[in-house]
Amino acid sequence: MTQALLAENLCKKYGRGDTSVTALDHVTISLNTGEVVALLGPSGAGKSTLLTALGLIRPPDSGRIVIDGTTVFDNGYRTDIRSFRRNNLGFVFQKANLLPFLSALENVQLPMQLDDVSGGKSRKRAMELLSQFDMAERQGFKPSELSGGQQQRVAIARALANHPKLLFADEPTAALDSVMGRKVMEMMKRVAHDFQTSVLVVTHDTRAIDVFDRILRMEDGRIHES
Amino acid sequence: MNLALKDIRFKFGRFMLTTFGISLLLMVVMGMGGIYRGLIQEATLIIDRAGADIWVVQKDTKGPFAEVSKLPRNMEYRIAAMEGVESATAFVSHTVQRDFQGRVIRMTIQGLPDDGRWLPLLKGRPLRDGHFEMLADKSAKLPLGTRIRLGKDVYEVVGITGQMNAPSGDAMVFVTLNDALSIQDDTPAEAIRSEREARVRRFDSMPYGSTSAEHAETLRSPSKHPAALPGRRISAVLVKVRKGWNTEELLRRLRELPDVSAHTADGERQIMLGGFVARSRRQIRLFRTILLIVSTVVMTLVLFMLTMDKVHDIAMLKLLGARNGVMIEMILTQALLIGCLAFGIARFLGQWAYPLFPRRVVLVTADLWLLFAIVVGVSILASIAGVVKAMLTDAGEVLS
Repeated sequence: MTQALLAENLCKKYGRGDTSVTALDHVTISLNTGEVVALLGPSGAGKSTLLTALGLIRPPDSGRIVIDGTTVFDNGYRTDIRSFRRNNLGFVFQKANLLPFLSALENVQLPMQLDDVSGGKSRKRAMELLSQFDMAERQGFKPSELSGGQQQRVAIARALANHPKLLFADEPTAALDSVMGRKVMEMMKRVAHDFQTSVLVVTHDTRAIDVFDRILRMEDGRIHES
Repeated sequence: MNLALKDIRFKFGRFMLTTFGISLLLMVVMGMGGIYRGLIQEATLIIDRAGADIWVVQKDTKGPFAEVSKLPRNMEYRIAAMEGVESATAFVSHTVQRDFQGRVIRMTIQGLPDDGRWLPLLKGRPLRDGHFEMLADKSAKLPLGTRIRLGKDVYEVVGITGQMNAPSGDAMVFVTLNDALSIQDDTPAEAIRSEREARVRRFDSMPYGSTSAEHAETLRSPSKHPAALPGRRISAVLVKVRKGWNTEELLRRLRELPDVSAHTADGERQIMLGGFVARSRRQIRLFRTILLIVSTVVMTLVLFMLTMDKVHDIAMLKLLGARNGVMIEMILTQALLIGCLAFGIARFLGQWAYPLFPRRVVLVTADLWLLFAIVVGVSILASIAGVVKAMLTDAGEVLS
């Protein structure tokens, strides 16, 4: 099994002096290709900070991040992170964060269009993804016309549009009921296996914990494997 | 996929309302430019229409458009007798304000040397009789057949002209030269009697031997024999130069006369534009600049607020890896669409609104193109605040 992600000695502090808080304390984490990993932990443990660091959204203070064999961070970004994020990473959040003025289909097409994929190709791929998540019939609906679960399915489809190596999910089931929450978690599993995408899910929700290949716990900026 | 257009379609009502608001501002800016052009047109209308080569005015004055100019009535004949003069016509123009049928009307009364056939008549006919007929501009709101007292006489409106306004913006009315002089020189009978009485008293107090009996007799006679009050005065004499004669030479000879000054028609036009119109022009330009600044500030605020509304979406776009160009294009497209649409709406609304303005609004194509270019520039300038906000937006805002 190949390594999709390797992050070593990630450190991040907020504030200065006596009021400083250590969010990441020499965190080292790795994900294999097609693996679904849960990251559990209480609020303030540093889960979201780790996710933003691994997702190249906000840089850590120090450390090294290698994604799919490319060193993208080594005490500083080593690549055009926006372009790298576009082609290699996918994100799903607690809120679907769909663009309200685009239809479900257009939302899924968007990452491909940002990567200059032609309209026809992006439409075909978006339709395939929506079909896989049983959303093909609602392709023309605006986000406000979809339920929370449907929005989240569109968000997952969008996250997969550019064949990402890694999918990061931050509390993707927090706004859903238990049935829909489990469905979404199972989708994550399916995504990992079907698309050979590694998935890291930050969650408090332990009801669907059996879905994950591995469970990591985070506390006071450190990771413990359970 | 054009994100700007998709966003506009999604919030179409708000977009149109914003655009409409800005279009009203632009309509005022456009109107101010039009008022300025109208001012120039009205100011030079009479000079252009009079068709004179030379304006002869009171000595050491700039003429009736700059200050009071008074010439004796017979100056017209003196100049007509000069060599090289094709024609010399008296110019009489003065403004009156009267209460008429419950409203106040201001009119600039213009004496015509002819029947006014050359005026842009919308209704009625030119002057036919030598007295008591009048051609009134539409803006005076005096319908055909209206009878109005001016001085001691009643005048009937026999024709309606269009777009004939004085530099002050007042409607012009045209009567014969003699009627214009009568209205100008109208003096109450009591004033004439008082003046005559005062003159007789002065005469009576003179020592015996210094006056003649004949003189005393004349002073006591009706006012038409001696001039009880000063004789009739005209404002200027309009001179046409005879074909083949040198205008400069005639001008030089007129300037040699000890009691008049002479200006070319172009000189009179420059006097008009440099004096009366210049201050209005500066004021309008200043007002227009302030309005443009206000429009820029309003557009900047509107576009900044529109961008603020989209901060979360912009953060999401950044997270999805959108290049900066995508966000800039989105904001700039909306800014330009608002600016251009607002300009179009302003132009359209202006067609209906400007005729209701009290001053004439003349829209010149070159001015409109210049304003359009300014609007495009302002739109780009206004979008800068939005673009800066978008550039500073952190992709991590999606998490908040």
